[in-house]
Amino acid sequence: MADMHIDQKVLSDLREVMEDGYLQLLETFLEDSERRLNQLHEAKDADELGLAAHSFKGSSSNMGAVGLAELCQQLEERVRQQSLYGIEDLINRIDQEYLEVQRFYRGERQRIAAE
Amino acid sequence: MSADQPLTVLVAEDGAADRLLLAQIVRRQGHEVVTAENGEQAVALFAERRPQLVLLDALMPVMDGFEAARRIKALAGEALVPIIFLTSLNEEEGLVRCLEAGGDDFMAKPYSAVILAAKIRAMDRLRRLQATVLEQRDQIARHHHHLLNEQRVAKAVFDKVAHSGCLGASNIRYLQSPYALFNGDLLLAAFTPSGDMHVLLGDFTGHGLPAAVGAMPLAEVFYGMTAKGYGLVETLREMNAKLKRILPVDMFCCALLLNLSFQRETVELWNGGMPDGYRLSAQGEVLEVLPSRHLPLGILPPEQFDDTTEVRPLAAGERLFLLSDGVVDTGDARECLFGVERLLEVLAANRDPAVLFDEVMQALAGFGGQSRDDISLCDIRMLPPDHVVPQAVVYSDSGRSSPLDWSMQFELRGESLGRFNPVPYLVQLLQEIHGLRPSSGKLHSVLSELYSNALEHGVLGLDSALKRDAEGFAEYYRQRAERLGRQVHGSVGIALRVEPQGAGGRLIIEVRDSGAGFDVERLSVATPVEQGFSGRGVSLVRRLAGNAQWLEGGRLARVEFQW
Repeated sequence: MADMHIDQKVLSDLREVMEDGYLQLLETFLEDSERRLNQLHEAKDADELGLAAHSFKGSSSNMGAVGLAELCQQLEERVRQQSLYGIEDLINRIDQEYLEVQRFYRGERQRIAAE
Repeated sequence: MSADQPLTVLVAEDGAADRLLLAQIVRRQGHEVVTAENGEQAVALFAERRPQLVLLDALMPVMDGFEAARRIKALAGEALVPIIFLTSLNEEEGLVRCLEAGGDDFMAKPYSAVILAAKIRAMDRLRRLQATVLEQRDQIARHHHHLLNEQRVAKAVFDKVAHSGCLGASNIRYLQSPYALFNGDLLLAAFTPSGDMHVLLGDFTGHGLPAAVGAMPLAEVFYGMTAKGYGLVETLREMNAKLKRILPVDMFCCALLLNLSFQRETVELWNGGMPDGYRLSAQGEVLEVLPSRHLPLGILPPEQFDDTTEVRPLAAGERLFLLSDGVVDTGDARECLFGVERLLEVLAANRDPAVLFDEVMQALAGFGGQSRDDISLCDIRMLPPDHVVPQAVVYSDSGRSSPLDWSMQFELRGESLGRFNPVPYLVQLLQEIHGLRPSSGKLHSVLSELYSNALEHGVLGLDSALKRDAEGFAEYYRQRAERLGRQVHGSVGIALRVEPQGAGGRLIIEVRDSGAGFDVERLSVATPVEQGFSGRGVSLVRRLAGNAQWLEGGRLARVEFQW
């Protein structure tokens, strides 16, 4: 199941690169993502929505959350093409996908903290 | 993986997780990292920390990456501070904006440590290259500045030496391209104590400072010996010997040296390696070509050097036109030379001497030749004797130690007659007498005239009647050289007597030769006009010194100066 949401190769690279900072990276990503989601929901115009989608896409891809990054990219492109039909649905799917990613990284955090 | 040389890298990225990750990747490569959350912070941190490399997110709040990049590039000035844009911008337009804002490269998310390390190394190479180029550019600029300054100083020093002469005299017109000095062209002029004028147009081999350096000792010899009253021959010998001694083998100096005698209305000249000079009538027709007959100065050792000069009549108003080889050797696009023919056409077409140089330069420009910067032109006009402004001579001593009661005599015999000119020594000796100093020019003229009369007519037996015209002049001086070259028998004696007289005193000069003498009576009845050039200098001596007598059948000349 996790493989659909998380790229394991990216994950192992992150662990190697971050060394002792891995735990902090996980926490930062989880906090940062909450902020991004809020920005998505509270965006007042297309520009704000596009910028939030763009940033969330970047950090998701860095964290190996490939599904989430893919959905954010779809949103970013829809906003740019100004085809706002079905945007609500797309944001909902992002929420759903993030729950999976959040669950995975919280588990990862607990596992690391316990080590 | 650590870098060769740690850099300070600025990371500007608004996503906290991305920033953390990127900073860690860069740090692991051995660099120091400073981080910013937006463009404004990035610019401020750049100004404060001066990082060598910047990683910049394109889309950031407060100030975006594009604006931050422009400001950072402006702050960096000439130094290259590479900016790598961090972006997942996919569309072309966004990438173009990054480049236009001053970005040097891109890096897409997700970040790859390997690719980022390679990019940082590549950018660091570029940065160093630019720094080296700037450093070398500044070094070249400093050297260039230094060189120009040296040339300016050298030119200033040389101008002082070269312009202490009389190039500004009313009968000299000259044109030298501004930096002709550094192409080895040299033009010097100075009055002799007797009021003659020496002119030298020279051209050193080579260019630049080495050529100018050789000009300094040459000018020194020229001015020094001219001021002391030495003639062309002695001056030439000294110049040649000095240049031969100091110049490297492949360096020498083509030169045309001349002595303009306003009193005698003659010109004595020596041309070693310069282009033909021209003797022009007052109307500008070419009367005679004055070609090079010698090797340049500084080539032959003193014992092989040929100091034979030529003497020509030059009436008041007649002119000499001299030039350096930059004129005739100017080539057009097909390397065809301007040449002597074209120069002669310009001379023939000239109606007003005042515009001759302009006409020559116009002809050169019209010829389509590449303009050369080593062109020297010189036009010298013979003046009537009374038009020559006498030179004020400055003496450094008070003259209180003047010896006033003495006599001396000496005699020159055999080979010494051809090799040694006693006049400068005698004039210098007589300058010790304060009362005679205002007359030193006259003294020099009179002594020179009496000595050369005694030598040429008395000892060598030359016929002054030969000197009726230009051909006769040439023949006269040919015979003179020939006879001096053979074994010389005979002598010239010079006696000086100085006596105090009241507040002043008097000087009696006696010049005696071993020759056959001449008909003194005939001289006293002939008019100066009839005497012309063949008057044995008698009229000249009489004009300069009030009391002149020829005794003992013309073998003894006696002149008295009073003060």
